[in-house]
Amino acid sequence: MSEETKVPEAAPQKMPWEEKPVPPTRREAREHPLVQELERAVPGAVLEAVEFAGQVSVVVELEKLLTVLSALRDFGYKFLVDLTAVDWKDRPEGRFDVVYWLHRHADSARLRVKVGVADGVEVPSVVGLWPTANWMEREVFDMFGIYFAGHPNLERILTWEGFSGHPLRKDFPIEGVDTGAAVYPDIYPPGGGPVKPKGGA
Amino acid sequence: MAELEATVLAGEEMEVSFGPQHPATHGVLRLQLKVDGEKIVDAKPIIGYLHRGTEKLFERETYPQCIPHTDRMDYTAAATNNQGFVGAVEKLMGITIPPRAAYIRMILAELQRIASHIIWLATHALDIGAVTPFFYTFEEREKILDLFEEYCGARLTLNTMRIGGVPWDLPEGWTGRCRKFVEELPKKIEDWERLLTNNRIWKARTVGVGVIDAEKAIAWGLTGPPLRGSGVQWDIRKVFPYDRYDEVEFDIPIGKNGDTYDRYLVRMEEMRQSVRIIRQCLDRLPDGPVMAWVPKVIRPPKGEVYFSVEGPKGELGYYIVSDGGVTPYRVRVRPPCFVNLQALPELVKGHLVADVVAVIGTLDIVLGEIDR
Repeated sequence: MSEETKVPEAAPQKMPWEEKPVPPTRREAREHPLVQELERAVPGAVLEAVEFAGQVSVVVELEKLLTVLSALRDFGYKFLVDLTAVDWKDRPEGRFDVVYWLHRHADSARLRVKVGVADGVEVPSVVGLWPTANWMEREVFDMFGIYFAGHPNLERILTWEGFSGHPLRKDFPIEGVDTGAAVYPDIYPPGGGPVKPKGGA
Repeated sequence: MAELEATVLAGEEMEVSFGPQHPATHGVLRLQLKVDGEKIVDAKPIIGYLHRGTEKLFERETYPQCIPHTDRMDYTAAATNNQGFVGAVEKLMGITIPPRAAYIRMILAELQRIASHIIWLATHALDIGAVTPFFYTFEEREKILDLFEEYCGARLTLNTMRIGGVPWDLPEGWTGRCRKFVEELPKKIEDWERLLTNNRIWKARTVGVGVIDAEKAIAWGLTGPPLRGSGVQWDIRKVFPYDRYDEVEFDIPIGKNGDTYDRYLVRMEEMRQSVRIIRQCLDRLPDGPVMAWVPKVIRPPKGEVYFSVEGPKGELGYYIVSDGGVTPYRVRVRPPCFVNLQALPELVKGHLVADVVAVIGTLDIVLGEIDR
């Protein structure tokens, strides 16, 4: 045995993937430059600003939504990455969150804008700012039943015209509902599902 | 004869339904075309024929159970779909994956990108009338699927990534076979290009067809090759590197004119860049575990996260909202094909009916992802 092998080894250091993962935490983000920039343009617009996992979200008032989004678009957020909604079924201050996820090419900044809306309240459409919002808003309308004021063609997109209900609402059953398949009553009786073969179990 | 001509060219608009059962629509896409003779006045895509409520299903399944559902969205690129979803959950939980797992993921994802581009090339050429490339390209895709099968047992719906890494280490000899494949591929890509790139008919059908400029492409939210074809250097792998993409070298090919031909060139070059990435990954493939330490029950903290990967079709994003439970509260998939397809009327207006087929091909859509 040589001398070298006898040197006592330091306790093996754990690699980051061997340790228990440390989840990201929510941080107040009013001081964040992206939020400050918005706050300067539209004072008092930001109700809440949170940073989580390196992503900044701001909550804005519905009345100021269009002002905020057009201000952001003028700041260079030319790319609307995503527009979607979340259903918080029993939330008292408004059932849905409509979520806008914006991107700016100049510095690769991304900002999430959220607005809380109650069931049946119209949200101003942003198709005029980003044409790509057209189908996304239609999908949100189809899936959640949120109406967008000023949308050129707000009709269902993934389900069909005669469909009743909005599938991504939390109170929509996962098994589906009877959606009026009465076109073929012998095959699909009211209540859904094909007719069981006669004489079968 | 003169009378017939008069009726044909009378300038009357007619509505024609294209699809949903049409081989050139790549699935169940229906287009309501308004035509004036052969000229497209307007086009209205009608989608939803393949809607399965995947986002609703996600809310019922636990996080690991969600992964197989992602395979079935863009079924030509299951590995990148997996990569996006597990990446989002890892970001939500703060998991760091071992380097070997990251490299295996990158190899799988780049192989998948090549396989997806091969399907695009073969069917796109077939739609336009070039039958031959189909046979040559699918032979190579078969080899990729064989590699996938050897690694994870599946060829199409791979389900090949887990939260915290990849489920298995590479089988013995796999890296050698993979290397053999990527060494041979550039020669094949050259062969395919020889069939098309300078082909007069191919150029006549693609140059100047479906043009979109950079500004419009961004406004319409295009991502992936359709955006790069318009000259925007944009790739999630460079802008927000995930896994270990910041450690490998590759270029982002871009086009100039934003037409079908440029998008073709961009995708062909992307395959070469994928080969370059795979080669580097194989050279540097580190040793070590392929799974990080993860809790037995995946229960991310309360919060929301958006994570995107550069899929073969564009930016594939997952927006996960967690309420702290074992199932996601809401998963939103940002489907690149859905957004890219939206620009189709913009691209086909003023062209001929036959060009619609070329534009559908060049957008490289998969209806499984559009309808979810």
